[in-house]
Amino acid sequence: MAKTSKQFIQDLPKIYGTYTGGFLLFIIVMGIAEKMGVSGRNIGLMFVGFTIFIYALIGWISRTTDVDEYYLAGKKVPTVFNGMATAADWMSGASFVAMAGGIYFGGYTYMAFLIGWTGGYVLVSTLLAPYLRKFGCYTVPDFIGARYGGNFARFCAVLILLIASFTYVTAQITATGSIAQKALSTPAFPVSFEFGCWTGLITILLCSMLGGMRSVTWSQVAQYIVLIIAYLIPIFWISWKYNYGIFPHIMLGDEVTRLAALEQQYGLTKHTKDVLDAAKIPSDALGNATSLKYIVSGHSTVPAGHEVAWRYISLALCMMIGTASLPHILMRYFTTPTVTSARRSVGWSLFFIGLLYLSAPMLATVSKISLMDPNVPTAIIGKKIADVTQIEWVKNWLAVGQVKIVDFNNDGILQLSEWFMNEDVVVLATPEIAGLPYVISGLVAAGGLAAAMSTADGLILAMANAISHDIYYKMIDPKASVKQRLIVARVLLIVLGSGAAIMASFKLTGILGAVAWAFDFAMSGLFFPLVLGVWWKRATRSGAIAGMLCGLIAGTAYLVWVGVPNKDITFFMGATPWKDIHWIFVDNLRFGIPGALVSLIAMVTVSLVTKPESKAVMDMVDEVRIASGKTVIRNA
Amino acid sequence: MATPKQEAHWQATKRLMIITLLIWFFFSTVVFMFAADLNSTSFLGYKLGYYMTAQGSMLAFIILIFWSNSRQEKIDREFGFSDEDREED
Repeated sequence: MAKTSKQFIQDLPKIYGTYTGGFLLFIIVMGIAEKMGVSGRNIGLMFVGFTIFIYALIGWISRTTDVDEYYLAGKKVPTVFNGMATAADWMSGASFVAMAGGIYFGGYTYMAFLIGWTGGYVLVSTLLAPYLRKFGCYTVPDFIGARYGGNFARFCAVLILLIASFTYVTAQITATGSIAQKALSTPAFPVSFEFGCWTGLITILLCSMLGGMRSVTWSQVAQYIVLIIAYLIPIFWISWKYNYGIFPHIMLGDEVTRLAALEQQYGLTKHTKDVLDAAKIPSDALGNATSLKYIVSGHSTVPAGHEVAWRYISLALCMMIGTASLPHILMRYFTTPTVTSARRSVGWSLFFIGLLYLSAPMLATVSKISLMDPNVPTAIIGKKIADVTQIEWVKNWLAVGQVKIVDFNNDGILQLSEWFMNEDVVVLATPEIAGLPYVISGLVAAGGLAAAMSTADGLILAMANAISHDIYYKMIDPKASVKQRLIVARVLLIVLGSGAAIMASFKLTGILGAVAWAFDFAMSGLFFPLVLGVWWKRATRSGAIAGMLCGLIAGTAYLVWVGVPNKDITFFMGATPWKDIHWIFVDNLRFGIPGALVSLIAMVTVSLVTKPESKAVMDMVDEVRIASGKTVIRNA
Repeated sequence: MATPKQEAHWQATKRLMIITLLIWFFFSTVVFMFAADLNSTSFLGYKLGYYMTAQGSMLAFIILIFWSNSRQEKIDREFGFSDEDREED
């Protein structure tokens, strides 16, 4: 067994190399099929079907009955591969499908997410990952439970983990569902969104149930490869096709400057809420369009003023600190062979994430220039509306209500502020807009699916493992056999996955925008108890419990107090009309700031007034701080 | 209790942590306090404020992690706490 698994690790580059080659070959074959007249619908179906089949196959091959394998992938995932798996775990359907669209419409202020969703890895690598790996825990609450002792502390950590992860996973299942729905529907056999959700869920479970972390790891690597190929090919292709530069990332300077000039020429108008209401464009209480958006911010302009700077920085800080507290990410670093490799793999994670995140602003740029620059044949702004509505891709997206044209000034010419588009369309339709073959659109659908599935996998597994290991095994039945523990873990996967799918099928549309909440919940409750557990010996059990509970309660209370300007997601806050109240511009996306502050103060105060922990705990912390030696706790 | 060697190792680790987080703070926060001003200069043809949020800071984070890790590994080796040669535990 040991020998074959070592052989397997050595063969990994070859296995995934062949897989990547095979996938590229598949793309070429699909391209030829398209030329030979296979319909776009069937090509999309083949892409989605083929990739799902591969993930499920990997899930089945990696099945296991060993607890160390199930919870930690046997602690032998090599550095670089763990980096890829983390990147897939990290980049959600939202990162893949919505981020470039967010940048397209939001400009500079939206790009705070780019900083927020990357900078947190510096915190992960310096403050947490190597120490948690040294600990040898199975789950994040396992660390809290062992460091602070007692079931109650462990329970609080599980609670926060569940709240944060569940907020996040619903959005992932929604994304999986809508992509699966689009890909599986045929005119003869249209499928519902719910059907898409459940199909998505089954494939997600196929990747995780039989082998736990082990299956999830190896399918996430495969999903990363698909999603990064799907994201980069269209950008490079468009950039080459229109001679924007061989390497778009460093060569789009002229196009960005050009966009600024075009914005000047066309003018950026912000409509009032009444105008939007009259045109039946959904908007929130602040008058911002919520689903169909139009360009109101300059592409590369940075608005001046302290308020803009503070909003940007506070959002980035929330996302960064949230990153360092999200259990489904931290647990990926428990699977590396050594402490040093855990630390190194954080660097690789960010490298692989960067490949996509560095490209998102470039995708937004080429997409915008394709629509706006009159010198490009695909431009629509400034053209006659009657002509624009005859363009094939516009017709298709108009039919499904994802784009909309409102001729406010009745001149029959499409103005910049008269073109409304769903954020997701930017990624999903750019290949079509730029006139790339349909095979690329199929590839992009497969990439979006891979991104949503891999994140959902990691989240559901994090939740199921926390309940099966920390609640069931550590609290309810410490004598449970390995077999029982693994059965409980698998049943929980099904239960939690179904719960998320049911939530998703309610179609609470606005919840997609609330992915940021998962970060705020996690940072409110978990950041300081985790970090101080390693870095401050004086932190005590009561302190940690106070930190977790006060942080979570304060954050949640703050969220309810400020409310959400979008009526779609105010269902749990009562029907009171939204009022623009806030403390130093900290709104619902940033409630982690008050949450984490309260958590820190509560934790430090309570720790200082309670008795220091025993010598055994101090020795444990000393042991955690050095890389060499055996893991601190042993679960198997 | 921690041995003197462990104490010294932790002091060095803490110092590196503080330096790393200061650099992180610079690229994640300080730069964006002045992004509007930076936008009047350009870099690679992009306005600098835009460039930092679109690419610059992210590249800085990646380099920072790899640099900081190599320093930490050096510290671990110096005090004899490295686990690099170990295969698994």
